[in-house]
Amino acid sequence: MATTQQEASPQVRRKPRLVAAYGSSSKPTSGGWETFSWYFLRVSGVALIFLVIIHLLLMHVINDVSATTYCFVVARYQNPFWRAYDLLLLTLALPHGLNGLRIITDDYLHSRGWRLVVQSGLFLSLLFFWLMGSMTIITFQPTPGVCPTTHTAMVSR
Amino acid sequence: MYRGQSGQWSWLFHRITGMGVLLFLLVHIVDITLIGFVSGKVYDDALRVFSTGIVRLVSLALIAAVLYHAFNGVRIILVDFWPAAHKFQRQMFIGVLVLTIAGFIPMGFFVVAPIFGHCPTGPNGCQPFLI
Repeated sequence: MATTQQEASPQVRRKPRLVAAYGSSSKPTSGGWETFSWYFLRVSGVALIFLVIIHLLLMHVINDVSATTYCFVVARYQNPFWRAYDLLLLTLALPHGLNGLRIITDDYLHSRGWRLVVQSGLFLSLLFFWLMGSMTIITFQPTPGVCPTTHTAMVSR
Repeated sequence: MYRGQSGQWSWLFHRITGMGVLLFLLVHIVDITLIGFVSGKVYDDALRVFSTGIVRLVSLALIAAVLYHAFNGVRIILVDFWPAAHKFQRQMFIGVLVLTIAGFIPMGFFVVAPIFGHCPTGPNGCQPFLI
């Protein structure tokens, strides 16, 4: 029936047309979840550039990775600033990465069922890994007597 | 895909580097959990694995992936919010690659040097240094 209508009025028939789009995707305007996701990826991305590169410089350049020992972490986590820093890093990086992976799965999983299964799995791993990481960052307490007690003792050692 | 133009490669690299960094992040959350819920000794044992030559070479890939994903992310945001930027797609992609390599070489040097017995790290050499 649709075919006959299209044949009756050929000027209405839609031909597949290439639309020039620049950038990774056009800006969403629906105001719903996908719009939030689009902005979240970009806003968290800008913050993560600084948070991640500073973290890399601290743990692989300013300190060699072999020096980031248990006692290094004990001394570092005496300062609540670094706990807050790491918590922010975790809280932005994990949803940024898993949401990015969700968008990739949208491109390759065409059945609703598989999308539901895989994307629910991604959401559950977000909860699981975020809880794991944040509980460690917030609740970590050093075992007494293992490490030098003060910050300066650590640096001058 | 965009038939071999720079957009195809920047898009593909962005996905691959993003998934690589995410994989590392999940491993990293698990290894950090050792410190809180297992023991400092087990954490230090895991750290010894991260300090071996092979894992140092793997972490070079991590650094390259992070830098590329960061700079290419800036390119994507520029194009999203400043439509005229599309005229400079090719130049911006080359810029992303140049910045990635420029950041990678010095950072990679610090990561790899200990394999050859050099310790260029920090004002206290290979001693831990806290800011």
